[in-house]
Amino acid sequence: MRFKKLGLAAVAVATAVTLTLSGCAGTSGGGNNNIVSVNGSEPQNPLIATNTNEVGGGLIIDHIYAGLVYYDADGTPVNEMAESITSDDNITWTVKIKSGWKFTNGEEVTAHSYVDAWKYGALFSNAQLNSYFFDAIEGFSYEKDTELTGLNVVSPTEFTVKLSSAQSDFPLRLGYSGFVPQPKAFFDDPKAFGENPIGNGPYMLAEKGAWKHNVDINLVKNPDYKGGRVAKNGGLKIVFYATLDAAYADLLADNLDVLAGIPDAALKTYKDDLGDRAVDQGAAIFQSFTIPDRLAHWSGEEGKLRRAALSLAINRQEIIDVIFNGTKKPARDFTSPVIAGWSESLEGSDVLDFNPTKAKELWAQADKISKWSGKFELAYNADGGHQGWVDALTNSIKNSLGIEAEGKAYPTFAEFRTDITEKTITAAFRTGWQADYPALANFIAPLYQTGAGANDGQYSSAEVDALIAKGNTAKTLEDANKAYQDAQVILLKDLPAIPMWYGTSNGGYSTLVSDVKFGWNSVPLLQNIIKQ
Amino acid sequence: MTGYIIRRVLQALPVFFGTTLLIYFMVFAMPGDPIVAMFGDRGVNQAVYEQLRAQYHLDEPFIVQYFIYIGGIFQGDFGTSFSGQPVADVLAATFPVTIRLAIMAVAIEMLVGVAVGLVAGLRKGKLFDNSSLVMSLILISTPVFVIAFVSQFFFAIKLGWAKPTVSGGAGFTELILPAIVLATLGVAYIVRLTRSSVIDTASQDFVRTAYSKGLTTQRVTRVHILRNSLIPVVTYISIDFGILLVGATVTEGIFNVPGVGRTLYQAIIRGEGPTVVSFVTVMVLLYLVVNLLTDLLYAALDPRIRYGK
Repeated sequence: MRFKKLGLAAVAVATAVTLTLSGCAGTSGGGNNNIVSVNGSEPQNPLIATNTNEVGGGLIIDHIYAGLVYYDADGTPVNEMAESITSDDNITWTVKIKSGWKFTNGEEVTAHSYVDAWKYGALFSNAQLNSYFFDAIEGFSYEKDTELTGLNVVSPTEFTVKLSSAQSDFPLRLGYSGFVPQPKAFFDDPKAFGENPIGNGPYMLAEKGAWKHNVDINLVKNPDYKGGRVAKNGGLKIVFYATLDAAYADLLADNLDVLAGIPDAALKTYKDDLGDRAVDQGAAIFQSFTIPDRLAHWSGEEGKLRRAALSLAINRQEIIDVIFNGTKKPARDFTSPVIAGWSESLEGSDVLDFNPTKAKELWAQADKISKWSGKFELAYNADGGHQGWVDALTNSIKNSLGIEAEGKAYPTFAEFRTDITEKTITAAFRTGWQADYPALANFIAPLYQTGAGANDGQYSSAEVDALIAKGNTAKTLEDANKAYQDAQVILLKDLPAIPMWYGTSNGGYSTLVSDVKFGWNSVPLLQNIIKQ
Repeated sequence: MTGYIIRRVLQALPVFFGTTLLIYFMVFAMPGDPIVAMFGDRGVNQAVYEQLRAQYHLDEPFIVQYFIYIGGIFQGDFGTSFSGQPVADVLAATFPVTIRLAIMAVAIEMLVGVAVGLVAGLRKGKLFDNSSLVMSLILISTPVFVIAFVSQFFFAIKLGWAKPTVSGGAGFTELILPAIVLATLGVAYIVRLTRSSVIDTASQDFVRTAYSKGLTTQRVTRVHILRNSLIPVVTYISIDFGILLVGATVTEGIFNVPGVGRTLYQAIIRGEGPTVVSFVTVMVLLYLVVNLLTDLLYAALDPRIRYGK
């Protein structure tokens, strides 16, 4: 009797096990049908172009939508749907689009598809994370719902954009994914649409529900795509990884075709592991740290001297070699070498050299104004893998200047950013910028213009503001770049942020694919990849 | 027996309210603003910020937020994640995977652990006993992520016996490697538990009596020694099952298993209150069920244990 009971229990457990186990799906992998697998991360929002500001969703949006222009490998804008984008005064822009383009549901892409999508993205009550893209357009408001009066449809293939002030780099911005058109279906229920977006790009969702949350998303080639980014493979399988380490393990086993990014643990060995399948190239990523003016000892002339001293006290190349295995480049300005107009020899860029003697001198001069006390702290978020270089950097400062210096860890990115935006942070903090579009302006105006959105140090300089305005209204890109270089000469004196290094794109690809290249924005040019 | 089960189920109610309140409070009290983090390194757009706060009820006081959440649960609405997905869907997608993984790990623990422990206990002091003790010591002292990385590297990358990571379906064969990794620590403990328990039982009077009745060694071992030695093992396994359900975060991360641990970790980092609380609540309820089943299993194993009305 007792035995039977035990037997029953065993049977019950066994049944439960079988039931649960049999719930498993069998097939997996993406080796067939010419589908290229690539690493990604779960989008943090529904797939709405104007509400996607992180890389996970951005990678998908970029490939299922076509905008007016796209950026080629080195960041040059190339007309995609645009026939022409012209202006006489850099204020009123006339956009002509090619006809005959269709969304993958068959709807024609017209000037209305653009204008309506932009109006949606800009409207205050829609609370889109990327609404700031549209703030240069006449009628935009951050306070209330207003009509975007600057947008006017002339014909199904033509519309005009009137800006509230002259912006010479406006066409350059249009390749950013916030400026893509939307089909009518989008406006009925944007959130539901964001689960199964319909675009006009080189790829489209493989089926309804192709986005398997936290797992992957399957895209297939869009046969009707007419632009310059025609897919040379059958489709993409974007796999969401929790860690780069897991993705790297898959790459080594040929279970993943393309990996953008290399986990820290493998930076030392990945070139040996992958041989000529390793990718290491420049990226539009600039890293720095910022010391707010309002902290004691960091304002006025004293602050200027101390910032310069700190900058001179840091041995950037050594930190890069030791901590990053040489996978960064020491900063020479405030932008990035992959951007047209970059210069490594701006006036005053010697403040970025390693020169402990001069650093001590400047520090001593500052001490004469007001004696330094306490310790130098550099805040960072501990969930982002920053501790290594922060420790090395504060050590470098400690050794060169003989002052106390250490890192200040915030457990999460959320806490870190909250303290910065509320201006309650009491230490220097790490700052970084990845370009939205390949222009010097994008590295300068959003970060150092008075009152700008990402001006975390609340820097304000009339001279810099004037030069930014000059750059915006310049007739040619060369003139604009000259103005931004001049602005940087002042920034090198004031050091509102202390430049550290430029990021690089590191990655690799499997033995199954060829023609893998990474673009200026560190994103692999997926449509060109050929899989055997 | 039925009365006992009903009482146990009723006890789960205050536990449910207590944990949801507590966890909700902890997420609420977590420093940092999740909406600010959504803007990344870009500046915060104040207007959008206010609206998003209102949308996720983050502008309400704590207790109001909590009751909005609980009220939703009773209407079958677990809230939505920041990516706009109903939390109920997230639960439905991730829990089966983790439960499957945990059951596989526990099955491996039981089969390997009990078998090795039994043989070691019966052959106390012999070579097999000593070597299994040394092995279990090594397993206990090696952190699980080391075992995970090493086995991923050798079995998946070098030898190609398995895929390094688990794909969307998280099928049975794909989960074998992570399940073995998860089971290693449990196996080591169960070997030790079973061994000492078997040695203890083997010296009991009723075992001597059984032999003197003329029963075969095989029957004595199976019916009298093994069965009576299983109680501490079952206790351990029930605790371990609970730990596997909640604590597989590291292993799930390394093998990219789309399960509970990984999702919960990301939700905590992003400060998604409803997701975190719903996950933890389901975990607590599962834990209670497993505990109840364990207590019932005691009665099946040992007739001296009875549950009154």
